[in-house]
Amino acid sequence: MSLLNIESLSVSYADEKVIDRLSFSVNTGESVGLVGESGSGKTQTALAILGLLPGNAKTAGSISFDGKELLGAPEQELNRIRARRISIVFQDPMLALNPYLRIGEQIGRILIAHGLSGGAEAKERVIEMLNAVGLPDPERQSRAYPHQLSGGMRQRAMIASALITKPDLLIADEPTTALDVTVQAQILELLNAIRKDTALLLITHDLGVVAGHCERMLVLKRGRLIESGTTREVFGAPQHAHTKAMLEAAPRIRRGDIPSPVDGEVLLKADGVSVSYREAGHGQLHAVRDVDLTLKRGETLAIVGESGSGKSSLVRAILGLIPMRAGTVSFYGETLAKEAGARAAKTRRDLQMVFQDPVGSLNPQMSVVDIVREPLLVHEPLLTNAEGVQRVSEMLQQIGLNDVFLGRYPHELSGGQAQRVAIARALILKPKVLVCDEAVAALDGSVREQILDRLRALQASSGLSILFISHDLGVVRAISHRVLVMYLGRLAELADNESLFTRPQHPYTKALLDAVPVPDPNLPRKEYILSGEVPSILMPPSGCAFHPRCAYAVSRCVRERPAALGTNSSVVACHRADELSL
Amino acid sequence: MITISTASNAIGRARVSRLISISGGILVAIAVIAIVVPWLSPNNYLDTDFDNILAAPGLAGVHLFGTDDLGRDLFVRTMMGIQVTLLVALVASFVSLVIGVLYGAIAGYVGGRVDAVMMRIVDTLYALPFIFIVILLMVVFERNFLLIFVAIGAINWLDMARIVRGQTLSLKEKEYVEAARLTGVSTPRIILRHIVPNLIGIVIVYVTLTIPQAILVESFLSFLGLGIQEPQTSLGALVDAGVNQKENAAWMLLIPGGLLALILMCFNFLGDGLRDLFDARQSP
Repeated sequence: MSLLNIESLSVSYADEKVIDRLSFSVNTGESVGLVGESGSGKTQTALAILGLLPGNAKTAGSISFDGKELLGAPEQELNRIRARRISIVFQDPMLALNPYLRIGEQIGRILIAHGLSGGAEAKERVIEMLNAVGLPDPERQSRAYPHQLSGGMRQRAMIASALITKPDLLIADEPTTALDVTVQAQILELLNAIRKDTALLLITHDLGVVAGHCERMLVLKRGRLIESGTTREVFGAPQHAHTKAMLEAAPRIRRGDIPSPVDGEVLLKADGVSVSYREAGHGQLHAVRDVDLTLKRGETLAIVGESGSGKSSLVRAILGLIPMRAGTVSFYGETLAKEAGARAAKTRRDLQMVFQDPVGSLNPQMSVVDIVREPLLVHEPLLTNAEGVQRVSEMLQQIGLNDVFLGRYPHELSGGQAQRVAIARALILKPKVLVCDEAVAALDGSVREQILDRLRALQASSGLSILFISHDLGVVRAISHRVLVMYLGRLAELADNESLFTRPQHPYTKALLDAVPVPDPNLPRKEYILSGEVPSILMPPSGCAFHPRCAYAVSRCVRERPAALGTNSSVVACHRADELSL
Repeated sequence: MITISTASNAIGRARVSRLISISGGILVAIAVIAIVVPWLSPNNYLDTDFDNILAAPGLAGVHLFGTDDLGRDLFVRTMMGIQVTLLVALVASFVSLVIGVLYGAIAGYVGGRVDAVMMRIVDTLYALPFIFIVILLMVVFERNFLLIFVAIGAINWLDMARIVRGQTLSLKEKEYVEAARLTGVSTPRIILRHIVPNLIGIVIVYVTLTIPQAILVESFLSFLGLGIQEPQTSLGALVDAGVNQKENAAWMLLIPGGLLALILMCFNFLGDGLRDLFDARQSP
């Protein structure tokens, strides 16, 4: 008999059906992936199982767990099952943990509430559990508050709190989406290694995660189950067109079909850029240290790194949005003023940017036509009203939006449409350089592909140069000519696309590549070489900042910071770059 | 998660809009009656009716709300009191709105030293015991209608400036502001086009919540005998007069007092409703 059996479950709000006659089951001890794009009803399913849907949700069907009906069960009964027999790990551990309770106490309370343990024994079991999830120095960490732990450590604590009661079913709702790739790989490994007999329902939008960690998978689309089967079956022979499209769009590092290096004139050149922030109580925070880069005409240079690597600060300093502590930026050989406001109008219109959050980068009080036209009002004030609207309309046409959108407001747009509007705003002045800061990170797979296609087409037709910040190596592989890898504010490696992905020279680059989940269940999982997390940028490690996590570190790496050496096309900052073959 | 929020928002919005329309409707009705009806009434706020001193309220006689200890018609005087009270509240809030929003938005957006100096001025003004100063002003300059507006507005804009500055600090980090800076949009235009319109939600809410505050201050001053000058009146002054007669003419206290409470309650509900409405709009 299966552990969890869902039959014909429907959930609706007012007149909107978010889950439509969903049926599936989870057996004891197995791992099942629940996959779908945003809005497909994945999280709703999890909440329904736990009886945590908001009060205005209408449900129908049946959810039986170990023979007991959960749907409509009294709160008291659910409380005996929740956390004790079914646990959940949420996406954002910072929101799921109580900020006012120490980690140890927080987890201990679960044991006490369910009458499983108490007093000193509870404390001991908590520390044991924290040790099992890989929290270093668990004794001390159990006395820490959630904000004192890093993102990855918090998620480990969350997993500890979910598994301490040895539940029969663990629901993990996008458990690694908020984490860096290198940490994501560690957490997924941990989840699978530690759960033992606990069944796992892993909710995710990332097919790579499912391929590596689930035996069976279910694909949801708009609240309906469109495909299910073993992971190998689904990946091998997807039946539904939507599953095929999702697999197609899944981030993966492809062979071939990559842009070949371009050889144009150097358009933008940054030398020795350093950025620091004053941090209350900590003195200076050096976000970027001494980074050089060049961008050629018609070229896409990707900047890659985990959070805190300084990639956003670097491009913002280049654009003059934040002050540069040291360094120079030149454009067409001319040195630029450090402040965007002090730069010539001509330069300003040539350097434009697209931001990560498509909705946040549009003023909610302005209509699409006003948003896209604003740069024209500044730079071409002589344009009449009608001409301006005409230009906006042409621009929208180019990126795939028709005139219907002119009068819309940002909240009426989907993420993909909003990002197109943001791109239209950036491109309406026909800039020479476009900076994309994680511009496709917030978008679902299929929409991401469309936007990338548009960017590639624009580049081909107008010779646009793109600085492309991303943490998604699959996207970087597909769009960039050259790649710059940053770690803790410094350059780690710079190389052309092909050599970086096939012959990485820096151990960190290699680790990043290995950490990308591969959407293919048949490939063996890679031996994972990277341990620990990105250290605090306030106290960077001595010598090579990467040495505490590096499997190849020698004593020299601890003492001495490696210089960024190499030719114009390939630079690496590692003492052992020549002797290592990665 | 999106689906949950939109669905519960729809229900929330219905409740919110009911709250807004009921409290707003009552306020509009009160204002219209207070302005129109005294014109139609045979009585005047000055005339004394010596035959009916301290007459009880009743539908039978000419005095709907009764009369006061001088035989003046309480209905007309109450309506006049409402007019004055609403006027004080609206003018004072408008003053605080204009000064506070511009001051706060400039301080917050420009930042740095300008911000520091501007906000220290606000802190200094905060430190002054305002009611005390207002009382002093009233005593020195005689009681003066205009002075009340100025005094109340001067208290309220400080709060407004602080709130607006705080909001501006977070707004200026928004990516659309960065995009505008990058394109070269001028600072005044950024403040007026990108910052101020996005403040409207919080500002409207705050204004509807400062109105009752202004009404209370005015009532308080009038109650102390430092507000509106006789024979003109406000709700606060009427309540003051009512308190003196509470044993033999309870209506003189209860009618204006009850109306004052009703008006305050409506403004508070209106503010709550508007806040919920804008909250719902800001989280998609």
